[in-house]
Amino acid sequence: MEQAKFKVHRGEGSQGQDVDYTVPIEEGMVVLDAMHYIQKTASPDLAVRWNCKAAKCGSCSAEVNGKPRLMCKTRLDDFNLSEPITVRPMKSFPVIKDLACDVKWNYEVNKKIKPFTPKDDTDWIMYQRDVDRVQEFRKCIECFACQNVCHVLRDHNLKPKFAGPRFFVRVAGLEMHPLDGENRLEELRNDMGIGFCNITKCCTEVCPEDIHITDNAIIPMKERVVDKYYDPLKMLLRSLFGKK
Amino acid sequence: MATEVIEKSQNNAESFGQTQRKDLWWLEPLLYAIGLGFFIIYATWAAFQGKHYEYGPYLSPFYSPLIIVDWWHFSPAFLILWIPAGFRMTCYYYRKAYYRSYFLGPPACGVRSLSKSYTGETAFPLIFQNIHRYFLIGASVLLFFLWNDVIKAFNFNGEFGVGVGTVVLFANTFLLTMYSLSCHSLRHLIGGCKDSFKCGYQHKVYEKISCANEHHMFWAWTSLFMVGFADLYVRLCAMGVWTDMRLI
Ligand code: SF4
Ligand code: SF4
Ligand code: FES
Ligand code: FES
Repeated sequence: MEQAKFKVHRGEGSQGQDVDYTVPIEEGMVVLDAMHYIQKTASPDLAVRWNCKAAKCGSCSAEVNGKPRLMCKTRLDDFNLSEPITVRPMKSFPVIKDLACDVKWNYEVNKKIKPFTPKDDTDWIMYQRDVDRVQEFRKCIECFACQNVCHVLRDHNLKPKFAGPRFFVRVAGLEMHPLDGENRLEELRNDMGIGFCNITKCCTEVCPEDIHITDNAIIPMKERVVDKYYDPLKMLLRSLFGKK
Repeated sequence: MATEVIEKSQNNAESFGQTQRKDLWWLEPLLYAIGLGFFIIYATWAAFQGKHYEYGPYLSPFYSPLIIVDWWHFSPAFLILWIPAGFRMTCYYYRKAYYRSYFLGPPACGVRSLSKSYTGETAFPLIFQNIHRYFLIGASVLLFFLWNDVIKAFNFNGEFGVGVGTVVLFANTFLLTMYSLSCHSLRHLIGGCKDSFKCGYQHKVYEKISCANEHHMFWAWTSLFMVGFADLYVRLCAMGVWTDMRLI
């Protein structure tokens, strides 16, 4: 039977090392299957999060050969099996144990976002064309692969100042919502630090839901921030005519 | 088993280029660095020449519109080239390309960035990237002149004709138009700034622009190559190295 070699991160907190495992492979096998095989045989205490095994719950994010992936969506036949496959936890978040990370920081950021707030005189009718645009953002499964790969968090650890791509997606969905009456541009610029994003698009590259994070969420939000804070003509017109 | 969470990401003491990636992650930024580098060197050289920019009915796009004034003692290209240069420098796509290829921040996804301290586009000078829409306006004005040059390129001493140069100038202006039409700032101005499209026609235009915008990188590279080639074509014809072939 064909076999695949793995180097899996084992350890608690910031301590840990890669441990070698050999796993027999079957057709259609994904990396999560291999982790389950290791749990069943050599290391029952291997910590790995998962739920749906269908790329829908966002629990099984890890770094496979250095790339943020959903382990349940990453097939072994995509790899050169003559070399070991490395499986590591997400680098941008503290490790609890083995492949399980503590992602609570993301939920804290999420709580700070002003929720959907309908306009006072809302008549609850939406055009399909308006719904289509925000629909894409609802596909997010909160796997945090984009948060993990974003160099602003990963390399520069600007966590207090920068909210990260997943939350720009959420804010874009709210800001572009045809019935929402809230304005989140000030928070986007000052608290969420959208200016730190240099649109290098790694978030888009890794998103398993294929959300065009940079083109459809971040850049449109950057443009709205420009309208409010950096466009001299718009600022002049606003100060002359007092329009918001 | 007790689990202690360390309030720190795993390792911030890494050095540039560190990664677990096993693929050829360095290839894409290297190719972009070479491509952009070639263009910048050629365009600078061509702009400094100040000659060989006209041949028959053709005018090099680096020199269009041709502004010859007494008080300007340098190449006329510099009077206009700052507009397309600023347009491309502040373009969302090129920003990605040169931040990755030249600033190495990051060179590729999951590969450690070069710089230790980082302010992104929140501080001087990169905060000026935010004026991209003004360069869009400037570049759109230049497009009118470039289309005018295309019309002139059909006129061979008062006679209708088509030369290879006509085709080259047409292709160049078409690609530059598509590059501008697919601009993110234009997409914003056309409808991205709205939460709701009251007018169906506006939404149709927005959809078309969004469709072109999906391929902005394609238009960015093809138009860059073509504008350089169009200048080279006219230049080599003017220098007598190439002979322009009449098709019609
Ligand atoms: S495009 Fe912006 S948010 Fe996305 S990974 Fe790059 S810097 Fe981060
Ligand atoms: S935007 Fe994509 S990558 Fe980011 S959390 Fe949502 S699904 Fe995951
Ligand atoms: S287990 Fe649910 S996304 Fe992988
Ligand atoms: S975003 Fe590239 S030209 Fe405007």
